[in-house]
Amino acid sequence: MVNLKGNVMSSTNLPMRRFVAPLLAVAVVLLGACAAPGGSDSGSDTDKGDASSLDQAAYDKEDADRTATFEGDPAQPYLQYLPGGEMVDPKPYARTTPGKVCFSNASLSNVWRQTGWITMYEQYKVLKDQGVISDLVMRDAQDDENTQVSDIDFLIKEGDCDAFIIAPATVEATASAIGRACETGKPVVVFDRGTTETCITSFVHSIGGYAWGIDSASFLADQLEEGDTVVALRTAPGVDVFEQRWAAATKIFKDAGLKVTDHITGADPAEIKSVMADELTSGEVDGVWVDLGDQAVPAIEAFQDAGMDIPAITGEDNMAYLRAWDELGFNGFAPVYSNFQWRTALLAVAMLFQGEEIPKDWTVPQTPITSDELPEVIKANAEMPDVHSARCGCEDMPSFPGPWVSRKTP
Amino acid sequence: MKTSTTSTGSTGPTDSAASAAEGPTKTSATPSAAPRKSVLSRLLNTFLDPSTAVYPIMVALFVVLILLNPTLGEPDQFTRLIGRMAPIVIVTLGQYFVLVSGEFDLSQGAVIGVQVVVAGSFIGDDNSRIVPGLLLMLAIGVGVGAFNGLATAYLKIPGFMTTLGTMFMLGGMTRYLTGGAASGNPSEQFREVGRGGIDVPLLGYLPWSVLVLAGCLVVAAVLARRPVGRLLVARGDNPTAVSLAGANRGWLMARGFIASSLFATVAAIVLVGFAGTHPTVGQGYQYTAIAAAVVGGVVLGGGRGLVLSAAAGAFVLETLVAVLNASGIDTSWRATVQGLLIILALTLTAARTKLGPLLTLRRRSTS
Repeated sequence: MVNLKGNVMSSTNLPMRRFVAPLLAVAVVLLGACAAPGGSDSGSDTDKGDASSLDQAAYDKEDADRTATFEGDPAQPYLQYLPGGEMVDPKPYARTTPGKVCFSNASLSNVWRQTGWITMYEQYKVLKDQGVISDLVMRDAQDDENTQVSDIDFLIKEGDCDAFIIAPATVEATASAIGRACETGKPVVVFDRGTTETCITSFVHSIGGYAWGIDSASFLADQLEEGDTVVALRTAPGVDVFEQRWAAATKIFKDAGLKVTDHITGADPAEIKSVMADELTSGEVDGVWVDLGDQAVPAIEAFQDAGMDIPAITGEDNMAYLRAWDELGFNGFAPVYSNFQWRTALLAVAMLFQGEEIPKDWTVPQTPITSDELPEVIKANAEMPDVHSARCGCEDMPSFPGPWVSRKTP
Repeated sequence: MKTSTTSTGSTGPTDSAASAAEGPTKTSATPSAAPRKSVLSRLLNTFLDPSTAVYPIMVALFVVLILLNPTLGEPDQFTRLIGRMAPIVIVTLGQYFVLVSGEFDLSQGAVIGVQVVVAGSFIGDDNSRIVPGLLLMLAIGVGVGAFNGLATAYLKIPGFMTTLGTMFMLGGMTRYLTGGAASGNPSEQFREVGRGGIDVPLLGYLPWSVLVLAGCLVVAAVLARRPVGRLLVARGDNPTAVSLAGANRGWLMARGFIASSLFATVAAIVLVGFAGTHPTVGQGYQYTAIAAAVVGGVVLGGGRGLVLSAAAGAFVLETLVAVLNASGIDTSWRATVQGLLIILALTLTAARTKLGPLLTLRRRSTS
């Protein structure tokens, strides 16, 4: 409704308002578009992966590694590694006194990272008691690559560090800072997301995103018939780990002749449930694939709320999903991105301090949880909160289970 | 707001739904011409009037959605669809009272975040804590709104900045309380309002969230016609006049912002029921609400706009998302297309705001 009188009355401040309102409108719309469903996931980095294409060589290697035999005791998966690779000569790094470890962490903004940090810190306490490590300093870059670069530079200049552990926020942007850390001559261990910098002492990681996608998508392909419909829930586009999982799954689904519709949800449960409810009204859904465990439970609830049987739904090793799977008895499968690599990264430094050799490319196993193993995993983690990662590799820690139950991050 | 004299012309009683609701207009139309042209001109005016033009758009989008996915046209599926849209519509109702007074409330999403965490951690599995939990949530809503309103009025900080600060404060608090990752859903009984519903005759199924939405629409419509609603519009139009007329600026703004955060709180109650506890719940809802209100014809800077049209704007944006999801557009492009369509909708609104009076004036001059 046009109010002429109002216009006249407010003519004194009209010029300013004319100018400001459209500006604000543009700002708000831009922000709104960013924050619209499918926006950013609070817990993920913004690294631009190679979105569309699948790196066939990496895919084939990870596919093979899934079934490879790992060196070491399976009871200590965090010390296992793929044999046959180059080993690091520990002589330059061996110490007779406890050393100080500086850790530049990409973020603590999701539950997987929090669980990992709790495990790493408890491992530090053990190593401190053993007189191997004197101190562990962590700087949290809060998912910001620029913050991380200054964190690393600060640690190099002021940290008085005897070793560096770096969990990069993004692969490329932190590379030069990691290079400067190498120049100190101290050991530099990188884990989780990789780096393009080649000077590092060791890179600790589990098999990878392709293997994750192959595991979970193959499960669905085995369960379903050609022509069946799969709904894929994706967290965020352009994040390398999610893109790898999705690229592998797409390939498997295509080869199996499954029909796939995908949605980007930002892992927002409200968005997931809306999308699933729409999908359930538009036709039969025979299976659901997720690229992050957080997404599975809302998808399960969507079937419950619609009064439908729950089909095959994949998840991850988060307890919320495992419990829903156990209680509701649907056809589930949990691929794993091994949380214990946080522990491995610190142990790698400790081993160098003690003069033990470690793999230069340290691949730890990532073993999915299947329905056969589920009852055992549920029982072993009865006390654990819903956000706990079952494959924490932390059960043999002397302080277990206290810190993982209370989840007070140090 | 009694100056809708632009609609006097030979076309008869061309008052829109908006002005019709606000009392008789001083039209002096020739009665004989009225019956023939009134329906058409009424329709035309509905399209031209920025504060009601959203309704035909809303209806058209719902039709497109149902054509794309006919199941959604079944009564019980349609009520479920409305139920899923309820939270964002409720948030928009709250945002309206702030927008129309010439301010912005950017803290709504953060309010939802805090409330979702409170529901998860305070109520948890203990059904006996549902009532105290609800009271606590309402108290938080009132507290945040009062702070926003008083700071805006007395510290003379634009609401845009005040609520930006509140947003960061609440976000930080949520982060501190949860360590960055909320955990633990509230009890199923508490979640019923967002997940459940009742079987009713005719419609088949009615989600509780639709009833909550209906209640909110009534409350908002009444509030908009109460003195406080009128004064908020007047403040958006001319704050000096409102001050000189003797209105209490602080108390007025406080009530506007309290309405905003209370509606956000109600949305949070529905959302945590629907979706459960997660740090992303509610994120960015304030931006969608602002965009929705503008699509619904609310003028940024305040002074103009109808609360139910703002709600219709929210339905438009939500239906748009559903249409895009059903349309088969490549996933990576959906957010971009959605952004472009919002800008297009806003451009149309802006164009109508300029063209509307011109066209009505021209018609008058031909009489």
